[in-house]
Amino acid sequence: MKISPQAKEKIAFLVLGIATCLVLIPVFVIIFILMEKGAQAISWEFLTAKPRMGMRAGGIFPAIVGTVYLVLGTVTAALPLGLFAAIYLVEYAKGNWLTRMVEVAIVNLAGVPSVVYGLFGMGLFVIFMKLGTSILAGSLTLAIMILPVIITASREALSTVPQSFREVSRALGVSKWQTIWHVVLPNAISGILTGTILGVSRAAGETAPILFTAAAFYLPKLPQSIFDQCMALPYHLYVLSTQVPNVNPKIQYGTALVLVGLVFFTNLVAIIIRARFRARKQW
Amino acid sequence: MVSEPLLKIEVKSLNVHYGSLQVLKDVTLSVNKNEILGVIGPANSGKTSFLRVLNRLIDLTPDVRVRGEVHLDGINIYAKMNAEEVRKRVGMVFALPQPLPLSIFDNVAYGPRRHGLHHAGKLAEIVEKSLKAAFLWDEVKDRLSTSGMQLSGGQQQRLCIARTLAVEPEVILYDEPCSGLDPISTAKVEAAMFELKKRYTQILVTNNVKQAARVGDRVAFFLMGELVEIDQAGRIFTAPRDKRTDDYVTGRFG
Repeated sequence: MKISPQAKEKIAFLVLGIATCLVLIPVFVIIFILMEKGAQAISWEFLTAKPRMGMRAGGIFPAIVGTVYLVLGTVTAALPLGLFAAIYLVEYAKGNWLTRMVEVAIVNLAGVPSVVYGLFGMGLFVIFMKLGTSILAGSLTLAIMILPVIITASREALSTVPQSFREVSRALGVSKWQTIWHVVLPNAISGILTGTILGVSRAAGETAPILFTAAAFYLPKLPQSIFDQCMALPYHLYVLSTQVPNVNPKIQYGTALVLVGLVFFTNLVAIIIRARFRARKQW
Repeated sequence: MVSEPLLKIEVKSLNVHYGSLQVLKDVTLSVNKNEILGVIGPANSGKTSFLRVLNRLIDLTPDVRVRGEVHLDGINIYAKMNAEEVRKRVGMVFALPQPLPLSIFDNVAYGPRRHGLHHAGKLAEIVEKSLKAAFLWDEVKDRLSTSGMQLSGGQQQRLCIARTLAVEPEVILYDEPCSGLDPISTAKVEAAMFELKKRYTQILVTNNVKQAARVGDRVAFFLMGELVEIDQAGRIFTAPRDKRTDDYVTGRFG
């Protein structure tokens, strides 16, 4: 049987279209289920109160606060480190074996399973550096986990700044570092921020890395310093789902909804930042 | 007795290699103060490399080797000066207009700011002076805060000249500055160059032989990395000493 080119075209179009739509399905199903089963749980009290009755009632405020603290700590640690590394790799590093080794290391870092980061963080930060199970240890662990994301995004952003901008600046007798600071970075900042926020939204949702380094099962009060443990949304969700008997599913789904909402919101911020910088970009 | 013109730049036995490829072969020439030296030659003749040696921009190229001496006011720029100092004194205008993604004002003020000048009044003064010298002031004085990238090609190129002037160099290098411009814009850029002769030494690399004839006091002809001939513009175009020069300027090859 012979198929005409026109028919082939239609089949290809159909197959590609279906594949694209299939990608959307999980997203919508997840959102739909979470909305349906969790939306009723969301209330002002749920968002602002502490858990009560062995976490079977009350709210999830400490977990939200904990996750926010962890995320802020992660950005503070990961952004400078990742950005400086990216600047070095793009602007200064020569194409020698050391650079290639760093590049291989970054790729491999991105492939390490998150539970391994958790164990590594426990070994290095919690035990060896004696930071204890704390927001600090958890943030540093998460920071290492998202470093590859930030470095890769920052390198990409720095590389897209036209070489001619650098030459123009250098030709005016401006030093290399000044050129990076005043010309390259301002024109790369949107890509760097977008990459950072995407990395952070991943950090916000991870359970394994904070399992041994930061997260507490239940705390009667909010953390007072970065050396305190904290509750965190992903871990709290895990606890509600597996460790506490007889929890109203509404609370579980409500917690999941808040977590997903938080991640979506962070990504949305990244998208808005990117769009705003793109609109201003002139090259 | 006629006084000898002052030498601004002296190049002695200059050899430049990119890796194993030699792009300049034993070039020796000098540039007088306040003259415009036209540099002509076909593609790959080493003109642009020659220009980039003069302000050490060639240092940015990986795997480059520069041998020989370049003197600015008698001082060896490779041995006795740092590259930033050289580039402040020897400015450069590129082939394609390259405004930075900043306002017109900030483009011109970019150099002075990086060199430590932040006094608003003085900056405004420098910006106005530089734009006037580049024949652009009247066209942009009412919209200094708009983006330099919204100007036309010819205006952008004059903006780049103004930006170079703002650093107060002594020498200005032009790397085919009019290659992307229409004849009227070209005429404006050339008018700016004539006006700038009073205060600056200028070197113009161009693919346009006629432009070299119009603008240059003297003209140097490069071929395959060698300096074939350097002489008064009138002589180069009417009675060149070397047959290859004659062939090139009359359009028999190139």
